[in-house]
Amino acid sequence: MTATATITAPAGRAPRERRSKLDARHQRWGWLYVSPFLVVFALFLIFPLFYAFGMSLFTTGLATGTQFSGIGNYVKAFTDPLFLEGLLRVAAFAIVMIPAQLIVALVAALVLDSLVSWLSKASRLLIFAPYAIPVVIGALMWSFLYSPRFGPAGTFFELLGLPAPDFLAAGTVFYSLVNIVTWQWSGYYMIVIYAALRSIDPAIYEAARIDGANGLQTALRIKIPMISSSMVMVITFALIGTLQFFTEPVVLRNIAQGAIDAAYTPNMYAYSLAFSYSQFNYASTIAFSLGILVFAGSFVFLFLTRKQSGLK
Amino acid sequence: MQGFRTIAQTTVSHTARETSPPMKRKLLAATGVAALAAAVLTGCASGSAEAEAASCTNEIKVADAPQVSVWAWYPAFEQVVDLFNETHDEVQVCWTNAGQGNDEYTKFSTAIEAGSGAPDVIMLESEVLSSFAIRKALVDLTEYGADDVKGDYSEGAWKDVSSGAAVYAIPVDGGPMGMLLRQDIFDEYGITVPTTWDEFAAAAQQLKDAGAPGVLVDFPTNGRAYNQALFAQAGSVPFDYDNANPTEIGIEVNDQGAKDVLAYWEDLVDKGLVATDDAFTADYNTKLVDGSYAVYVAAAWGPGYLGGLSDADPDAVWKAAPVPQWDTANPVQINWGGSTFAVTSQAKDAELSALVAKEIFGTEEAWKIGIEEAALFPLWKPVLESDYFRDLEYPFFGGQQINKDVFLPAASAYTGFTFSPFQNYAYDQLTEQLYAMVQGEKDSSSALDDLQASLEKYATEQGFALK
Repeated sequence: MTATATITAPAGRAPRERRSKLDARHQRWGWLYVSPFLVVFALFLIFPLFYAFGMSLFTTGLATGTQFSGIGNYVKAFTDPLFLEGLLRVAAFAIVMIPAQLIVALVAALVLDSLVSWLSKASRLLIFAPYAIPVVIGALMWSFLYSPRFGPAGTFFELLGLPAPDFLAAGTVFYSLVNIVTWQWSGYYMIVIYAALRSIDPAIYEAARIDGANGLQTALRIKIPMISSSMVMVITFALIGTLQFFTEPVVLRNIAQGAIDAAYTPNMYAYSLAFSYSQFNYASTIAFSLGILVFAGSFVFLFLTRKQSGLK
Repeated sequence: MQGFRTIAQTTVSHTARETSPPMKRKLLAATGVAALAAAVLTGCASGSAEAEAASCTNEIKVADAPQVSVWAWYPAFEQVVDLFNETHDEVQVCWTNAGQGNDEYTKFSTAIEAGSGAPDVIMLESEVLSSFAIRKALVDLTEYGADDVKGDYSEGAWKDVSSGAAVYAIPVDGGPMGMLLRQDIFDEYGITVPTTWDEFAAAAQQLKDAGAPGVLVDFPTNGRAYNQALFAQAGSVPFDYDNANPTEIGIEVNDQGAKDVLAYWEDLVDKGLVATDDAFTADYNTKLVDGSYAVYVAAAWGPGYLGGLSDADPDAVWKAAPVPQWDTANPVQINWGGSTFAVTSQAKDAELSALVAKEIFGTEEAWKIGIEEAALFPLWKPVLESDYFRDLEYPFFGGQQINKDVFLPAASAYTGFTFSPFQNYAYDQLTEQLYAMVQGEKDSSSALDDLQASLEKYATEQGFALK
């Protein structure tokens, strides 16, 4: 109503001025509408963020008390072997885990997209189901499956007359974790990719068929390029999730304390620092540093894939 | 099914629109990480702790008496609290179970940082007392009559709760160590009960040579206080620390005692004579009672722990024996665990809180519950030295009087132990080094040297001067 009134107001001012006044009025209403969100956003995101940043500028030694140390904690963090090893480890997880999830999700989505039967609907639900299980429950369940005593592997390998592999040894626990995450998240990414596939105009497939493309060629040359923006989104989610890796290793640590140490991932390190070693200031520094790295990592990735994602 | 597709498609188109200003979205994602961490670090935990403290698990018997809030995780503790409340008009205990061990310490630690939310009286294991005392979280009880009850405890027990002249807690239960063994397995393979560690190693070899399906014992790399107790038996004194002088610490985790003991276990591990399973996992608990390990080197609370485990071997015959010695001419007794009641610096009324800490486990009736229901080993002398406790027969051990045979002599010879003010960190590092040794990455001597180096570095970073 307001907008209409302004537009039909008698002339006399410059059009530009009128438009900016119109914008201003629009904006005022806009701010009002988003204000409930902004309050929550400021209270639970901006304020804690500044609080954590403030904490990270101080150092508390058990014997020395709290002192202002400026960026001293950040210098320490980026030369701290435990933090750097944790970063390298999540980078390794990203390299192994993201392609694994993506391939499973993509293949499943492409297969389901080309099937038209009740089987496809049932499979879609089944592949998606692990995502509906809370992460902690999923990790606990796997920790029992990995257990040499309660897990099925022992019985299975006994039948074959082979020694059962230890899923929780120093060398294998990495892949055991990759397996849990892939199991849990592939279904979710599959749904995202599948939905993108469904939104492609079928006329394009028809055109491809007329041009003589077979199913595989259609998938590789038409479907995948057309859903590249969804793929970029999926990878971004997976990247952020992997850099923040926390829940699964924490749960598995209960049964593999040697193989998964307290600083296994940067997030776990921040948690241990704060709650096991009472170094809240340094923990804030680690959390903040990780946040900056996640931001930078995601930004670089989105920049490199700006063509595929349509951001350019 | 249709529902899924609709939801998913909406998500995609929505996100596609959103991707136009990438900076903003990424900023949100990234700030979200730190903010979440920050939120966890600041407010949440203390809020929940406060909420928990406000409501008591037990029933208050005298409504108008002042209340003292207590966190503790003893089994059957509600009966002890009820007993206390029924016999006290001037104060009532409001009890909450805030979690066991580290779960409780995490909440307490957050409450200290937040400045509110801690209980008045808290159950702490003696090994963490220094860690909390250095953060000024505990009240020195010498001002509140701690010396009145000093005579009720042994010197070793009292040393564990004091640092210099200060007394930071009242002892409750102890963990003198003994050896719980499967007599049926020992008999089956003709093994005599070892009294020295050399005999113990020979027994492990004998069991393996006889083709037994299990092993003699487990050497858990995450044994923490257990491993440290084993080192201490050979004279290892890892920490020299006194809260009266809290900026100085002596660290010697790689002394000869520790090195000798660890070399001994390294040898057993290399020969495959002992298991190296993590302790306190579901697997480990089952193996303790199904015959996979013939021996459980345990503290006095061990029998209670075993009794609560499932999948036990029904034909098991358990016996308790003294822990093996390095030198039978000079036997050394060791301790694993044990807990205390401390008064926190957030206590509303320190006087009343100290009264609760002193008296809640200060009666024979309370200890009868503690011993028979919770399988605790009392440090309170009137019960510790009573005929009742000495002669108590334990059905789990076929009626053996395990206190008289094993744990009482062990407890009376215990002389106390000094823990570091960053014990949790020290234990985590110990676990890491022991695991590296068991994995064959380094030998026992360099594992302990590396542990020494990491703890020295940590102590220096925390502002301690090394003695």
